[in-house]
Amino acid sequence: MTLRSYVVARLLLTIPMVMLLLTLVFLVVRVLPGDPASLHFEKQVDPQMLMEFKRMLGLDKPIEVQYLDYLAGLLKGDFGKSMQDFSPVSQQIFSAFPATLELAIFSMIIMILVGVVLGAQASRSYNSLQDHSIRVFGIAAYAIPVFFLGEVMIMVFAIYFHLFPAGDRFYAGVTPMGLTLGDLHLETGLYTVDSILEGNPSKLVMSLRYLFLPSLTLGTVLSGIFIRLTRANMLETLQLDFVTAARARGLRERTVVYGYALRNALLPILTMMGLRFAALLGGAVLTETIFSWPGLGRYLVDRISFRDYTAIQGVVVFFGLLVAMVSLAVDTLYAYLDPRIRY
Amino acid sequence: MSSEKPQGRILIWFLPALTGLVRRGLAGWAILIGSAIVAVVGVITVVSPWISPYDPIAINVGPILSPPSFEFPLGTNHLGQDMLSRVYSGGAIMFQVAILSVIVCLVVGVPVGLYASYAGGHIDQLASFVMDSIYAFPGLVLAIAIAAMLGPGVVNMALSIAVVYVPSYFRIIRSQVLTIKELPYVEAARMMGAKGSAILLSYILPNVIASIAAIATINFADAVLTAAGLTFVGLGLPVSTPNWGWDLTYGRQLLTSGAWWVITFPGLMVVLLALGFTLMGEGLSELLNPRLQK
Amino acid sequence: MPLLDIQSLVVEYRTPKANVKAVDRVSLSVEKGHTLGLVGESGCGKSTLGLSIVRLVPPPGRIVSGQITLDGINVVRCSNEKIRRVRGKRVGYIFQDPMTSLNPVKKIRDHFVEMINTHEPGVSREDALKRASDMLQNLGILPERIDDFPHQFSGGMRQRVMIGLALALNPDLLIADEPTTSLDVIVEAQIIELLKHLKEALDLTLVLITHNIGIVAETADRVAVMYAGRIAELGEIGDLFEKPMHPYTKALLNSVPNITKKDQILSWIPGAPPDLADVPPGCLYHPRCPFVFDRCKNEGPQLLKHDNSMVACHLYDKR
Repeated sequence: MTLRSYVVARLLLTIPMVMLLLTLVFLVVRVLPGDPASLHFEKQVDPQMLMEFKRMLGLDKPIEVQYLDYLAGLLKGDFGKSMQDFSPVSQQIFSAFPATLELAIFSMIIMILVGVVLGAQASRSYNSLQDHSIRVFGIAAYAIPVFFLGEVMIMVFAIYFHLFPAGDRFYAGVTPMGLTLGDLHLETGLYTVDSILEGNPSKLVMSLRYLFLPSLTLGTVLSGIFIRLTRANMLETLQLDFVTAARARGLRERTVVYGYALRNALLPILTMMGLRFAALLGGAVLTETIFSWPGLGRYLVDRISFRDYTAIQGVVVFFGLLVAMVSLAVDTLYAYLDPRIRY
Repeated sequence: MSSEKPQGRILIWFLPALTGLVRRGLAGWAILIGSAIVAVVGVITVVSPWISPYDPIAINVGPILSPPSFEFPLGTNHLGQDMLSRVYSGGAIMFQVAILSVIVCLVVGVPVGLYASYAGGHIDQLASFVMDSIYAFPGLVLAIAIAAMLGPGVVNMALSIAVVYVPSYFRIIRSQVLTIKELPYVEAARMMGAKGSAILLSYILPNVIASIAAIATINFADAVLTAAGLTFVGLGLPVSTPNWGWDLTYGRQLLTSGAWWVITFPGLMVVLLALGFTLMGEGLSELLNPRLQK
Repeated sequence: MPLLDIQSLVVEYRTPKANVKAVDRVSLSVEKGHTLGLVGESGCGKSTLGLSIVRLVPPPGRIVSGQITLDGINVVRCSNEKIRRVRGKRVGYIFQDPMTSLNPVKKIRDHFVEMINTHEPGVSREDALKRASDMLQNLGILPERIDDFPHQFSGGMRQRVMIGLALALNPDLLIADEPTTSLDVIVEAQIIELLKHLKEALDLTLVLITHNIGIVAETADRVAVMYAGRIAELGEIGDLFEKPMHPYTKALLNSVPNITKKDQILSWIPGAPPDLADVPPGCLYHPRCPFVFDRCKNEGPQLLKHDNSMVACHLYDKR
């Protein structure tokens, strides 16, 4: 099987999964509470107004029709309308997404750096003090709720030491603008990238400053699992025959650890990374809330307080699709790296 | 020590179990310390009605937002509630939600896992498919969605957490069952005509219980964290019940005005409880997966 | 001067429960161009002995005392860098299980190129590839398969690859640890033939570690029989097979089924090898020995010369 046919097969598998997810979300939001429309209004409301409200949102149609509309809409990129102001949810999603993406990327970088490096180090010095301290750190990092760590970070670094800002993403009004060449305008929505595109180093520094605490918080909490996983995988791999055989051929220790052990241990770690992405999104929700980071997570939480159920549905669906795409990408990468899967 | 008294007997069992665990190295210590932490927090929660100096939900028992002092060792919040009493009694809800969610997971996840993986074929494929889809989804987001729809309450929170966690049980059970299923002695039993259900109960289940225990403890830890998280974003429990989650929410808003104590102490309790369960879970899984046998 | 000289080697595995002497005061030597067979049951320490020669005993194992001299190099005490350079270049090692001894994510040709580059950095990539192809061809593997991954080969082929890697840099010594145990009989015969042929062609010194006396009979000049970490008997191949001295050696030879003897009752050795964490006093074999007498239970036998061989048994110790 070549890589291409593997990807195609995998894609075909993803589609029913996505369908299941979409249906699940639909059931949860539309069917579970009974009538999301009346739930939206805390007090009693004039039945006439309620009907009109439902009509505006398409909630008056029979459930099967709603389901089909929902699916058809998604194909067009329509994630529904907000209950608050009937604006298209997709607009909000796509404007809030880059913020979450940027946070996710930097958190992942920290998570991988901390997790893999510490895990590999721990495995090399099995049962030593270094090993034990790293493991304890990993457990502590995992057990701390991300919002608590965030608060501690804010308290210590932002409020007490005034080193980093306590929230938000940037100074209002002077956000990075991206690249403008005559009529061509390129803007990614990722402030770090846009600052580079704009050629403005001070804005780059500024966006990094705002980014630092949230991604450090999220990255650290997630690295806990990573440390354990890397360490366990490395320990197992280092014991394997081909590692001893490699040493018996006189290969340098560095080659053995990184080219043989880590390279093979990395494969399951990579899958875990794909799964962790889902956890990352979950953690992002809380992190964005504490740091007032204007991303999808905070949008979701906002919508909850407004009882905007259709918007909630839209965001949750988006999350699901995102995770599905990422796991597809990760699986493809895995297949590329591990020839055993495709041959 | 008279061994007719029940205390005596418990002690006779307890001490060897203790030393047995300690002898098992780091993992044993982890379980020990973890259980100790959980036990201490649990006891505090249970006896809180007797040891709380003030009624945890009574407002204005003290000046608003006063820092820790002799009279109010952990300070007061913006409603004038005593933080110490709230810290003592806030755990009750956490325990309830956690225990309930674990029970649901066990009742649903274990039978489904056992049956589906033992039966194999289409049933197994279908179950795996559903479980994998749920598992792949961001847990907290799904819990938020479900909790948002169901509304506040201990049961609803427990259900949201349970739904998110059942796939984990399923996976662990499935991987175990698949291995055990193929072992020669199970095949032998099958050939002697043993019924499927009998095989499940007497051969497979005992071997799987250990892993179930390990993941149940981690489930507890996650339940505590998720419950706190859900309350933090505004879902979950009515304000009237003392709950560390609410303290965290309000504490966050009060943080910028300098009142650090409102969020810190309940936060520490959540961390402690989660840490206790996590240690237990980690210790258990380490003991059950002897990795480096000679 | 022998190519390989081992003096009083002691290798221990230190666990919290006990210290296990996997190799207990073993002394051996191998002359250049000769083949030494190292025979014994599983767990007798022969694999550990093999690994010690290249100082690759896995932790918690450690070489505790003794000396190993390989063509003048002090293996036990030399630096890490020195022993690394010895491995692969002066000593080739073949492992038991070819399925797990090759890096699953590296192509076969990369295994070779990497090795050549590590030890002979001056060699160009084309030259390295050519040498690899030549070697594989000598081993009976089609050259176009050099770009494949290990899992695409059968067990026998993989073992040939391992042999190729072990010999790629023309080492003086080749250590083969159970090279055919995980292969079926037909492939086993092929591999043994291959080894014999290579030994002749390259004038190799070979240490063959196995529990299969049959292949030792075909290939070895001298044989050392190990039991529970110690050498029971050491002698020329002819002497050992015709006039075995140690009761264990006799029992081993008897337990090999002989296709020509009709109605042979398959014999076996009663009992089991001792738990090395809890060794019996005196001679380690005495609980299973049919010739046991009082001295055996109290005093451990020494390895002494008798006729042309060495044997560690009180039956031959007239002191």
